[in-house]
Amino acid sequence: MSQQVLDALAAKHADSIEGTATLFGDEVVYVKREKLLALAKVLRDDPAFAFDAPVFVTCTDFLHWDHGAAPIGVALDRTADGDATYRYEVSYQLRSTTKRHRLRLKVRLTEADPKLPSLAPLWTGFDWQERETFDLYGITFEGHPDLRRIYLYDEFIGHPLRKDYPKEKRQPLVRRDDLPVVGVRKGELK
Amino acid sequence: MGVELSTTRLEDAAKWAKQSLLEKGANWGRKFSLFTYPFVTACCGMEFMSVAAPKYDLARFGAEFPRFSPRQSDLLMVVGTITEKQGPAVKRVYDQMAEPKWVIAFGVCASTGGFYQNYHSMPGVDQVIPVDVYIPGCPPRPEQVLDALIVLQNRIAEGRGHSQLRHKREQVMAAAASEEG
Repeated sequence: MSQQVLDALAAKHADSIEGTATLFGDEVVYVKREKLLALAKVLRDDPAFAFDAPVFVTCTDFLHWDHGAAPIGVALDRTADGDATYRYEVSYQLRSTTKRHRLRLKVRLTEADPKLPSLAPLWTGFDWQERETFDLYGITFEGHPDLRRIYLYDEFIGHPLRKDYPKEKRQPLVRRDDLPVVGVRKGELK
Repeated sequence: MGVELSTTRLEDAAKWAKQSLLEKGANWGRKFSLFTYPFVTACCGMEFMSVAAPKYDLARFGAEFPRFSPRQSDLLMVVGTITEKQGPAVKRVYDQMAEPKWVIAFGVCASTGGFYQNYHSMPGVDQVIPVDVYIPGCPPRPEQVLDALIVLQNRIAEGRGHSQLRHKREQVMAAAASEEG
């Protein structure tokens, strides 16, 4: 559907991308982290691309993923850092209302350095979604105008949608003084 | 001495009977004039609306008038999932309500957390405030809500609500303290 976009990117901006793929009918381009901002600017401003509508930002945590046997995605031999293993994959979905095509940008990040440039200055619609990704996955968006938690309270420690966050760990703000002990899970009260 | 003692006992008995009658009368009045504060957070709210609307008609039990200020209400209906982030807000609403006050946990999420077993949801609103009646169901049928209201009315008449019992405990403690002092 948007194969011509992928072809144009591969032809003109080969130094900014690591690979392209078509997954389940969606065109995906794997972008080098340090080239993300420049490439996004081209995608927005070049009349041949004209991506004017931000759709979503999200992240995938590949903590327990067997990269060798990965059935989806492109097997890349390195990440933005030249590292063989990556943990996070941040996805930006873009859409063009005039050209009627769409594209997904993916940036792969290592566990040690979960940072990438923010696209909120280019598309305002990414502002709160990047905050959400920061809140739940702990991805730092550099250059974001107001990067702080959006759903959880400031007292919350950690990022709950990371795969290594304990599934049922709660961080209560307030509890009764006379709380009945029966039925309360061990270690839940502090 | 014996006469004096029996006189005191008689006075005590009369005082007790008067207080008891007064309390019974007051509780009889309270049980038919509940002012509801609907703390509606989720889909159970639709069932709450259905109960409050004419078809099931909560008004038949004297609890028809939702007040949207906790200071003017004495029945807190926690309708829907409570998150950990909302905990302080629920507690504050409960603290602001007029005494004596009662709490109904409406639906499984408010009662136990329901199917949410994760980082953000509170395993029942009774982690933060005392609950008098729990209504199971996801969401509960209106008949269950009316049943719960009748259970609560009986409890109010018997003076067994959480806040009523706390009030009695405090009175006993104060009396004991003044006797000692």
